[in-house]
This record gives sequence, structure tokens and C-alpha cells, in this order.
Amino acid sequence: MLTNFKNSRPQQFTFLFFVFLLLYFFVPENENSLLWRLPPLLKDIPLLINSLLDNLMFKWLTVPVYDPDWQMYEDKPVFRLITRAIADFLLFLIIFIREIFLGGLQTIGSITGGAFKEFKWLYLPAVPWTAVVVGLFILGYRLQGLGLAFIASIGFFYVSIFGQWEPTMETLSLVLVTAPICFVLGLSFGILGYLSKKVEKILQPILNIAQTMPHFSYLVPILVLFGIGDHAGAVATIIFATPPMIRLTILGLKKISPEVVESGLMSGCNRFQLLFRVLIPTARRDILIGVNQVIMQCLAMTTIAAFIGAKGLGFNLKVALNGLKIGKAAEIGICVVIIAVVLDKLSLAWANKQKDYFANLNFYKKNIASIYFILLTTVLGVLAYISAFYFENGFNYLYLIPFGEGLTIAPILDAGVDWIWETFFYYLNIFNKFLITNVLFVMRDAYLGMPVISTFVLVMGAGYIIGGIRSCIIVGALILFIALSEYWNRALITAYMATFAVGVSAILGIVTGSICARNEISAKFILGVCDFFQTFPSFIYLIPVILLFGITDTSVMIAAIAYASVPATRYTVEGLRSVPSSLHDAASMSGVSNFQRWKSIELPLAFPHIMLGINQTLIFALMMIVLGALIGTEDLGQIIMGCLSRPNGAGIGLTLGIFVSFICLAADNLIRTWADERKKMLGID
Amino acid sequence: MSESLNNSNNTPVIKCESVYKIFGNNASKLLENSNGQVDAKTFQEAGCIVGVNNASFGVKKGEMMVVMGLSGSGKSTLLRCISKLTDATAGKIFIDGEDLLAMSNKQLIELRRNKMGMVFQSFALLPHKTVIENIAFPLQIKGTGTRDSMAKALEMVELVGLKGRENYFPRELSGGQQQRVGIARSLAVEPDIWFLDEPFSALDPLIRKEMQDEFLRLQGVLNKTIMFVTHDFDEALRLADRIAIMKDGIIEQLDTPDNIVLNPATEYVKKFTEDVPREKVLKIESIMDAYDSNISSDIKVSKDAIIETLAESILNSKEILTVVNKNNEIVGSLNPSKVIKVIFGK
Repeated sequence: MLTNFKNSRPQQFTFLFFVFLLLYFFVPENENSLLWRLPPLLKDIPLLINSLLDNLMFKWLTVPVYDPDWQMYEDKPVFRLITRAIADFLLFLIIFIREIFLGGLQTIGSITGGAFKEFKWLYLPAVPWTAVVVGLFILGYRLQGLGLAFIASIGFFYVSIFGQWEPTMETLSLVLVTAPICFVLGLSFGILGYLSKKVEKILQPILNIAQTMPHFSYLVPILVLFGIGDHAGAVATIIFATPPMIRLTILGLKKISPEVVESGLMSGCNRFQLLFRVLIPTARRDILIGVNQVIMQCLAMTTIAAFIGAKGLGFNLKVALNGLKIGKAAEIGICVVIIAVVLDKLSLAWANKQKDYFANLNFYKKNIASIYFILLTTVLGVLAYISAFYFENGFNYLYLIPFGEGLTIAPILDAGVDWIWETFFYYLNIFNKFLITNVLFVMRDAYLGMPVISTFVLVMGAGYIIGGIRSCIIVGALILFIALSEYWNRALITAYMATFAVGVSAILGIVTGSICARNEISAKFILGVCDFFQTFPSFIYLIPVILLFGITDTSVMIAAIAYASVPATRYTVEGLRSVPSSLHDAASMSGVSNFQRWKSIELPLAFPHIMLGINQTLIFALMMIVLGALIGTEDLGQIIMGCLSRPNGAGIGLTLGIFVSFICLAADNLIRTWADERKKMLGID
Repeated sequence: MSESLNNSNNTPVIKCESVYKIFGNNASKLLENSNGQVDAKTFQEAGCIVGVNNASFGVKKGEMMVVMGLSGSGKSTLLRCISKLTDATAGKIFIDGEDLLAMSNKQLIELRRNKMGMVFQSFALLPHKTVIENIAFPLQIKGTGTRDSMAKALEMVELVGLKGRENYFPRELSGGQQQRVGIARSLAVEPDIWFLDEPFSALDPLIRKEMQDEFLRLQGVLNKTIMFVTHDFDEALRLADRIAIMKDGIIEQLDTPDNIVLNPATEYVKKFTEDVPREKVLKIESIMDAYDSNISSDIKVSKDAIIETLAESILNSKEILTVVNKNNEIVGSLNPSKVIKVIFGK
């Protein structure tokens, strides 16, 4: 009996759950009882962070700096000078790129040091939008073919004629500045991590936390260190988008077959040659996939960076959402989606493009694309110049269509929204009320009524059953950190929302995935859909749900479910499709029905992979729930949002971000340990 | 260089003295305590894996030494110790009389750039370079100019029979063609020592045979000092001057193919030799008797010929034959009954 219990996980979990329930019902609600809630011993951590930042920015290590306006020396803290220098440098780059697309005075002005307002000739003319569209066409054609050429050029053509050119270029300029910096940083740290085990060991936990922290919690400390504006947005973006690049670089380099490394060594490569002539070129594709990730993350973050003053589509979106102008918001949302798709497709095409051999081509043939581009840009530039006389009294439509002066479909969208509201309001409202009162609130109260001791027993017990004493302690420590803060109740609310969202997403994802994995065509189709939905920034998901459900918890939950179903579906399809065909044949020869095949062959084999998908689902759901604070929830996210407008918010924002990250990491530890062990047992990879 | 030429007759090009390679955290400490008596089992209990266990041998100039063993026998590890891709845990390795383990990193790089070439099981071609760029790679690493290295690489392309495909990428070639590129690359710097790590194991049986023939042809032209690793006993018999058979890191027997087939040293080696058709391996030399002018006829056979190739004519002649060496000097006589015994006897 006892040995049986030792070997049976279901029995162990049943027992654990039973203990959990026992504690749940028998520990009384009492604020002074340690079993009910732990004392907030760590409540000073945010203050500590605040005073640290404050000290760094205003007091620590001052040096005298000459102030030309006052004609005297003044003591300034080094750290602040450094952050200011970084900020100025980034700002210069952003404005420079921006003025290439939009025209402006500042770049040339700041280089020449001229009093730029007086000299009109200092004006850097913009590249006409027509030239950008043509350039994208040529780029798309070179990277993949006519299909991509049309997608890229038509996408930007749409953006231009719908009057979103200016904010789009503002966003794009941020991406164009931050993405290369992320690339260089990520590649360098990735290489260091590959070369030295020690560096990798230090990087790993940092990357884990960085990739599970919600976007918002980055924003507050950066606000303190760098102030408000495009440069702060750029810094936030760089910090957010570099980790995946580091990770993919390490992964790509590690994937190289040891024989290739040995062949390099036997050719007599020194370290430098080995790195730059063997390792990096061999890992080219993985590194470029990293670039693709970087670009997409940059785009996602630049939209959210609107909250710390970054200009562009995100800023306009924020304004539109604040004013509940759904039509306008949707229009901007469409532009964000278009740009995301275009950038994604272009960078993926670059990664997948294999080098061709051009042994015997002359200069003209080698550079034909650039020559065409320069030629066409000149022609279009001249055209734009001439058309300036034609459109003398209005806007020069061939040069730059100003914000809000293009076509618009906002009235149609608004009418559509109105129609939906008028027609379906009653049903939506019933559903909304039902969900909130009968499901969400019930769940929330259940979570809030959970004594802290029972939470720990459940979580640490699961850790012990799955991964032994090590997992038990790791998971316990992560949760303890939150339990000792002031925000345990908020964290419980976040946890309840996450549980609900993950539960629904998992069911949706596994069902959809299982149905679509039945044959190759539908599997490919659904993976394409997943790709598409993963392309655009999480922010965008909020637009349609607000449209349908207004500003309620339901909206957030539905956005989170929609967003988090994507990885669940993807991993289900991948897992099911990767079941070896010999097993399928063996099953068919045993005469299984379709359902039997799914239940007793495909699902058990694919389940570890599906669980990794659920892990992703949790991260996605938490990101969206925190983001949901934008439309009003009362969990951790709400406070993080609130920190943006509080003078001393940095510490709290950062701490709460780490809490969310810890929730992810605890779940990640459990799921990953289980999945790895299970995979080993099944003999998959 | 001239020194090594002078010594070439007596000093082996590669020389190993009690080489050990043991994987694991405290390998060297355990080895010190064991006084050279390494037992795989006790080491495994201590968390170490024995790769190479007390290997001592020499390879002469122009000799082809084949290291044969099943997977996990330590054959590739031994090769990697000698090419210094891994560091031996203990022992001494000399290349042309120079102590490999005492070399600085710079000396090692120089050695690899000028004296060593290596072919890998999975070809290990650089995916971003064309055939000719791959072959020219070691030259360019060495600092040879583009024009010279390309000319040399083109020569190599012709040598391995890939002319017309020099601008292909590895992904566009078959396995056999890729390995030809690997071979050409390893020969581009004209090394004296040639390492081959299971070069034909990833190929189909027919292609493998073709590549072995090609390899023998190349060796006939180039006459390099070779260490060839394989798990295929037939391949070893076909190619080797001498074979080292390894098991659990220990060299069980190191001898010529003839001697291994005729006198297997251990039970383990015997298992390999049992099913080998001897007439395909043994040379006339191994079954000849002392010369006796009274009974020998005038028909002469070479002592280096493989029995199978001459079996039919020997049996048809029904006489006792005269065995001669390369210079047509008489070295022995051959009774056809011996041939019958080799083919049908046990």
C-alpha cells in the first residue's frame, strides 16, 4: 500500500489536494495568525530601491562640471551625467532617423551648431513616402520575391494614404535605432555566454526574470533614470528586446555540430578566426531569427513606451483609447498590425535567405537593386519637388501626407461599433454580468479566502512531488518573497485571473490544436494563424475587447484568453504533429478509431510539449492581465500602472514586476521539471 | 624539417607513450592514485569515464594505421588526443619528435596549419561557403592570398574529382561528394599527417566502397602518414598497414591485418576475425614455405598478392610455385594445398 503510494503520482496529488482543502477550511480568517497571512516583513524593499535610485541620481560620486550659462563649476553626480549622455546620444539617433523620413531642422542644426531656427537651408528634406514604398518593394523582391514585395509596399502604401505616415515613421525610427543596438548587445552577451560557462550561469537567471517581467514594470525605473521622452522609450525597448537575442545567440552557437568546431580548429583557426569565420557564420540563421525576435519585441515595446513619452503610433493609440474613440483606435491598431506583419516577414525572409554564389558578376549586376533604388528615389524626389507647385495650397501628397489628412475609415468603424452595441448589447451584457458575478467574483473570493499556509502546502507539495526537495525549496522561496510583502492579496487576485485565463486558454488551445492537427493542411493553416496573432503587440488585443465589452474585468479576461490561447494552440499542434509516423502506422494496424488514436497514442506522447505550451500561456496571460490595468483591474497590474504617475513609484513598480516574474518562474520550474522528466521517460529528444 | 627527414627511418612520425584520457571532474587525481592500473569499472563508480587506457604505439612515416573499435571503445577519443582537440589526461605524445602536450597554443596552431589535416564523420563543412571556399578555408586561415589559395583549392577539386562543382554549396551535394570536399579541404595545406575519423561511416555501402578505392588511389599518390578511425572491420582490413583494435579504451591488439586474422591475441579480437574470409585478407607471404629449388616450378607469384586474386590460377597449375618479392628475388615456395586449406579449412 505504502510502496504503491510512493510510486503513484495521482495518489500523491490527491492526498496533497486533500490536505490543501483541509487547511483551507479549518484555518480561520484572522489577520494576526501566521497561518492566515504572513507579516509584511519585506515591505521596505520598494523604499530601499527608491532611495538607492535617488542616491545614484542625485548624490553619489559628484564631479564638478562647468556650466557655461552660469559661468561657474557645479557639482553633478556621475551616474546622472552618464544616463544623460546615453539619453542625448539615443535622442540624437532617433531624431536623425526620424528626420530622414519626415524632414526637419534639428539634425543638421545640432551637428553644425547653427541657430537652426533662422536658417531655412538647414532643413533636412524627408525622403518622399513614395520612395520608401518603392524601396520596400525592391527590398521585398530581393529578399524573397514578388509576393513579399507586394505585401511590404502595399502595407506602407495603406499606412500613408490613411494619414498615419507620421506616427508610423516615428515608431519606425525608434525601432530602427533600438533594434541594431539590441542586436549588437545581444550578440556580444550571447557570445560571452557561449564562451564562458560562468557568464552563462550569471546570465541565465537574469534572462529568466527579464523575459517574464511585465512590460510596465520596466517603465517606472527608467522614467526615474532617464526622464520622459523618446530616449526613455528607447532605453526601455533596448532592455526589453535584448534578452531574446542573447538567448537565441547562445542557443544557435550551441547547436553547431562539435565536428564543425573541430574542423575549424584543425584548419588552424585562432580564437578570433574560429568565432568570426566559423561559429557565427554557421549559426547565421539562428542569429537572424534572433534579429527577427528583436525587431518584433522592439515594435511591441515602442507602442507601450508611449506611457513614458515615446512618440508614434502607441502614443496616438493611447490617446484614442483614453478618449474611447474606438474607430480611431482601431485604425491605428490596423497600422500597427500592418507594420508588424511587414517587419516580421521581411526579417524572416532575410533569415531564411540562403547565400547565392556570385562569382562572375560585375559591379552593375551585383548592385542592381541599390542602383534601381537610388535611381527611383531620385526620380520620385524630383516628382515630389515638382508636385509641390501643383499642390501649392494644400499638402504635397507626393511628398508626405500629414497626420489625419489621408483617407479614414474611422466613421465606418464607429458606425459598426454602434451597430454591434445596439444589436448585441443586451446579450453581451447578460453574458458579461453572468461571467462577472457567477464566475469571476466567486473565484476571486475563493482565492482571497485562501490561508497562506494552504497556498504554501499546495505549491511546495507540488514542487516536492514533481521535482523533489530542490524544486520544493525554489518554488517556496519564490512565493515566500511575495507572501512577505504588502501585496499578497493583490497577487492572489492576479493569480485568480491568471488561473482562469490559463484554464480557458488551455482548453481552447488544446481542442483547436487537436482538431487542426488532424491533417497537414489545417495544421499549417492554424500555425500560420498563430504566427499572425503572435506578430502584433499585445496592446492591440485590448481594442476589440473594449469595443465589445467596455471597460470591465471581462474585457481583460477575454483579451488575455485570446492572447494566451495562441501558444497553447501552437504547442498542441506541434506536439501532436511530431508523433512519429511509425507509431501512427502501428496504431492503425491495431485498428484504433480516431478518438482512440488521439487519446491513447497522440496525447500522451505530445503532452510534455503541450505543457511547455501551457507554460508560455501562463506568461502570455500574466502579461496581458497586467496590461489590462490600462482598462481597470484591481490586481498587481493596477498598482504598477499607478506607479507611472507617482513620484516614488519606481521601487514599487520594480518590486511588483519582480513578483509577477516570480509567479511565472515558480510555475515554469514546476512545468519544465515535469516535462523534461516526462520527455526523458518517453525517450523524446 | 631536415632533421625530421634524416630521422624519418627510425623516429616514428606519431608516437604515444602511455596515453590516458579519462573524463570526469577529478580524473587526474584518481589516475595518480591508481599508479597506471586503470580499471574502467572502479573509475565509473567514482564518476569518471575511461576514454583511452594506457595507449602506447608509434606510426611510421608513410604508414597507414587504422584504429578499429565499436562505438564507445575510445577510438575517436584517441584520435582527438593526438590531434589535441582534447587534452590527454596523462602520458606523452610526440609529433615528429616534438612534445605535443608541451606546445603553446601558438605552436599548436602552427602545427595544425602546416602539418595536420583531418576528415570528419559528418563532413563538418561550413554551410555558408561554396565547395571551393571550403577547400580554400585552411589556406586563408593560414594567411595565403586569395589568388594562390583559390588556385591550390582548384587543384584539390580536380584531385578529388569534383571539377565543375566548385561553386556549389555543401547543401547541394550528395554525402559522397561532401566527403570528397572534406578530404580535399584536409589536404589543401599539404599536411604530412592525415587524420580520418570514420570518414566513410555516414555513406551508403556502394558509395563507401567507391570512396575506399578513391582513398587508396589518393594514398598511392600522396603517401601520407595516416591515422584512420573506423568501426568497420572489413574496411580496416582493406586499408590498413597496421590495425589497432580497441575495447573500453584499451588497445587489445596492434598488428598487421594478416597477423590479426591468423593470430588473434584475445577472445574479443577473435570474434571479429572468425567470419572474415581469409583468402581476401591474407597475402601469399603468410602461407609460403621456405624455398626448395628441387620441387618448385618456374611459375612465379608475388609475395604481396592477396591470395584470392591468384587462387584460381594457383589451383589450376597444380604445381608448387615460386614466390618472389618486389625486386623479383626468390623468397619462398607455395604449395597449392595451402591455398585450399585457407579457403576451405578452419
